[in-house]
Amino acid sequence: MQLKKIVAELDLKVLAGAKQLEREAQGCYIADLLSCVMAGVQPGQLWFTLQTHLNIIAIASMLEVAAIVVTEDAPIAPATVEKAMAEGVVLLSSAEPTYETVAKLIQAGY
Amino acid sequence: MIPPLIVDESLHKGLDIIAITDHNATANAAAVMEAAHGTGLTVLPGMELQAQEEVDLLCLFDTLEQAMSWQSQVTPLLLPLENDPEHFGPQFVVDTEGNFVREELYFYQGPAQISLEEAARAVHALGGLVIPAHITRPAKGLLGVLGLWPPHLEADAAEVSSRLRPSEARHRYPFLPDLPLITNSDAHWLDTLGQVRTIYSLAAPTIAELRLALHSIDGRSFYVP
Repeated sequence: MQLKKIVAELDLKVLAGAKQLEREAQGCYIADLLSCVMAGVQPGQLWFTLQTHLNIIAIASMLEVAAIVVTEDAPIAPATVEKAMAEGVVLLSSAEPTYETVAKLIQAGY
Repeated sequence: MIPPLIVDESLHKGLDIIAITDHNATANAAAVMEAAHGTGLTVLPGMELQAQEEVDLLCLFDTLEQAMSWQSQVTPLLLPLENDPEHFGPQFVVDTEGNFVREELYFYQGPAQISLEEAARAVHALGGLVIPAHITRPAKGLLGVLGLWPPHLEADAAEVSSRLRPSEARHRYPFLPDLPLITNSDAHWLDTLGQVRTIYSLAAPTIAELRLALHSIDGRSFYVP
């Protein structure tokens, strides 16, 4: 599914990567421990997390994640957003908790 | 783990310097420092801060004033919860003989709402040392939680498990920056006190000397036995 459609269906805020929303995403991975993400996430997946440390951008970039979705409106430091812009990482934010956000995604036919 | 027993056990194990680093708390350091007075054992007041990333950071100081100043910055950043002694155990403050002084009600278990990088800067501003604790542990260890070394973290050293030689740690985590790797006992019980240690060659048991030793400056040095 195209990121553009995911953003609309889940009512996400686009914090970085507005120009890359034509990108296709397939599958998703959910974890906050970045050592788990490094071992488990696949290129092209959506990654749902509450972790907002700068390192999420390095990992998303390295592992070619389609987009990071930070849930529950977890506060994100400006440095993390700036790094996402610099690295071409799509950084999205959801006001709802992870479960509800992912449930909407499934309802949308993802 | 009452102050006179901590001091006796440390001396018995041949330790010269220990640090008291309770989780997000410093209130018990004074009693251990006092209990060690005149024994030759140096007790550094400190804290094992849990930062907002849920990563533990050792913060070590020379004086109680520095530690208390750090505590006054951390306490307002703790989760606004009360400790539940049934689940997490009571948080006692004791005097130099180990007698009950008071029970702390703040929820010291959770993370303080300060980033690792900000915490490191604040501890350095007070003159303290910053050492991420048990970095390879999946829970609350820097590499377990953050996967990679954070590029802007100003740490003085990193603590690795005693089961992992520093050379093995560098081999297994090749992205580790060129910073000193040390081991500590992280003792929660008397019998584990001093089981694991780092040997420092210092002119005096101070934070400034430890900093020199960690960087092998002016003839100071350290090694992990």
